[in-house]
Amino acid sequence: MNANLSAGQSSTRKVKDRLFQALCIGAIIFSLGALAGLLLDVVISGLPSLSWHFFTNFASRFPEKAGIKAAIYGTLWMMSLTASFCIPIGIATAIYLEEYAGDSRLARIIKLNIANLAGVPSIVYGFLGLAIFVRMLQFDRSVLSGALTMALLVMPIVIVSAQEAIRAVPLSLREGSYALGATRWQTTRRVVLPAAVSGIATGVILALSRAIGETAPLIMIGALTFIAFVPDGPMAPFTALPIQIFNWISRPQAGFHDIAAAAVLVLLLFIFIMNAAASILRHRYDRRWQD
Amino acid sequence: MFTSRLPTYGPVWVSWPRSKGKYTGFWLRNHRNKYSILSKSLVTAALILLTILLSGCGGPIDENGLKGKVKIDGSSTVFPITEAVSEEFQLEHPGVRVTVGLSGTGGGFKKFTSGETDINNASRPMKEEEVEQAEENGIEFIELTVAFDGLSVAVNKDNDFAKNMTSAELKKVWNRGSKIKTWKDIRRGWPNRKIKLFGPGTDSGTFDYFTEVINGKEDVSRNDYTASEDDNTLVLGIMNERDAMGYFGYAYYSENKENLNVISVNGVKPDNETIRSGEYEPLSRPLFIYVNKESLEREELRAFVDFYLENAAFLSEQVGYVALDKEDYVEEVNKLEGLGGD
Repeated sequence: MNANLSAGQSSTRKVKDRLFQALCIGAIIFSLGALAGLLLDVVISGLPSLSWHFFTNFASRFPEKAGIKAAIYGTLWMMSLTASFCIPIGIATAIYLEEYAGDSRLARIIKLNIANLAGVPSIVYGFLGLAIFVRMLQFDRSVLSGALTMALLVMPIVIVSAQEAIRAVPLSLREGSYALGATRWQTTRRVVLPAAVSGIATGVILALSRAIGETAPLIMIGALTFIAFVPDGPMAPFTALPIQIFNWISRPQAGFHDIAAAAVLVLLLFIFIMNAAASILRHRYDRRWQD
Repeated sequence: MFTSRLPTYGPVWVSWPRSKGKYTGFWLRNHRNKYSILSKSLVTAALILLTILLSGCGGPIDENGLKGKVKIDGSSTVFPITEAVSEEFQLEHPGVRVTVGLSGTGGGFKKFTSGETDINNASRPMKEEEVEQAEENGIEFIELTVAFDGLSVAVNKDNDFAKNMTSAELKKVWNRGSKIKTWKDIRRGWPNRKIKLFGPGTDSGTFDYFTEVINGKEDVSRNDYTASEDDNTLVLGIMNERDAMGYFGYAYYSENKENLNVISVNGVKPDNETIRSGEYEPLSRPLFIYVNKESLEREELRAFVDFYLENAAFLSEQVGYVALDKEDYVEEVNKLEGLGGD
């Protein structure tokens, strides 16, 4: 180490420092540039096709008449059901693992496996959904099947982020609560959860914004592509935005490629709104907790 | 009914459920940081309203017309035709709910032979094991030809020598273990440049059909080519590579006529006439729908299939395929009549 500090080598150290900085800046330019190029391409080909009737029409064989009404309703239905499955179960699991399970061997194995599940390719969940929800439980190719599959897919993300948020709550807060005679449930509900809510909400929203863009598991469970009515209940057949995009992009006619780009814009808008909501929530509640 | 006290002015924030005093629930906060609880009944009412809003937007229901469901799945090649037919059919019969999936010919047959769907779109005839599967499950079906497709072999626009190839030459290029590397290997006098091959992936019905009629056995093919399930990727690849060659459905060629050169096979160039007459041989292929016979007894399904055959000629051409001759559609209708329906 001492040799490195000698005067003769200090200039090479500085060069290396510069080089590393340049490398990092290069990496940023590369990734942002690719993203910007992609966005620009989508905006240029998609923006002209965005019109009111694009939102109120069903799919059609004429690109200029085709719309995403069925896809938007399907996506909204699926996402609201997914949220109502994965939020309570995910948060309850995280609470159990962090507050109740302790550090037993079993709990450690479960935690490790949940973290691993977050990395399983989405198509695997598609197979699972097809086998269990569509075939075994006979939910058919319904919104319910799609939502349950998606809930399974994002559940690990919800659990892990909720676990982290709960773990970040200082132990002193819990101990203060116990000192006042509160039970574990009272402490969890009145002290830990309110303190962790911003982290949990952020995790949930980011998990849902992953689910909204997933295509492979939906195609696997057999969500449909052409459908000229909106779902009227959890057992109704449905289509979703990513499937509609996938279908249009593989058509031979260039007109379909443009409306696919327009649908991509709508999907991006959804994801943008959700991510913005996540960061606003985090911001607001972090401040709230201080006063 | 609503017990909440809403602030009279200023921005209102809704909080997450939190406890304040003896109340737990959603809280409203106004600009002066005054809190008021959002009553459970108000929240419930809002949720109910949302549900009604979501579910109340169903399509118009035709009280007098046909009602029911028509479940379709299968080939992505046939999808555009069936989509067009369904689109038109729903305009006439809004009470019937037609759904079309995109599982591929094989994936669709799995659902069809287990009775999950009424109709399967197919870009190849049913295989023997699929027929057995259907028999095992007691599913009887009928095969209807709805249009033609002509697999097109295309090269780059700048390619001015490969205008015609024989089936044998194509086989030499695409067969398993093919030794062809350059154009010169195909025919003497063609340039000594490396060929870049593009073709569909092995899951595609196009691949199944091409390998069967050109290489002599289904699924037998060389595999050192750029494969994509998305035909547009193949089109782009061939447009950008001077020495590219590839094959895909006719619609992808006819939409990109200005940017690609098509190869005549055995001296016949694919176009609507040669594909329809079968003169473009052996790459002209029929497209089918398979209909469950038991489902056909349902009024709405019968109406849908009749409507399909009546309009397939016009609609299939509109989405880039080649229609059958008029008499051939009549023959398909006769197949239906033969079942002794109405």
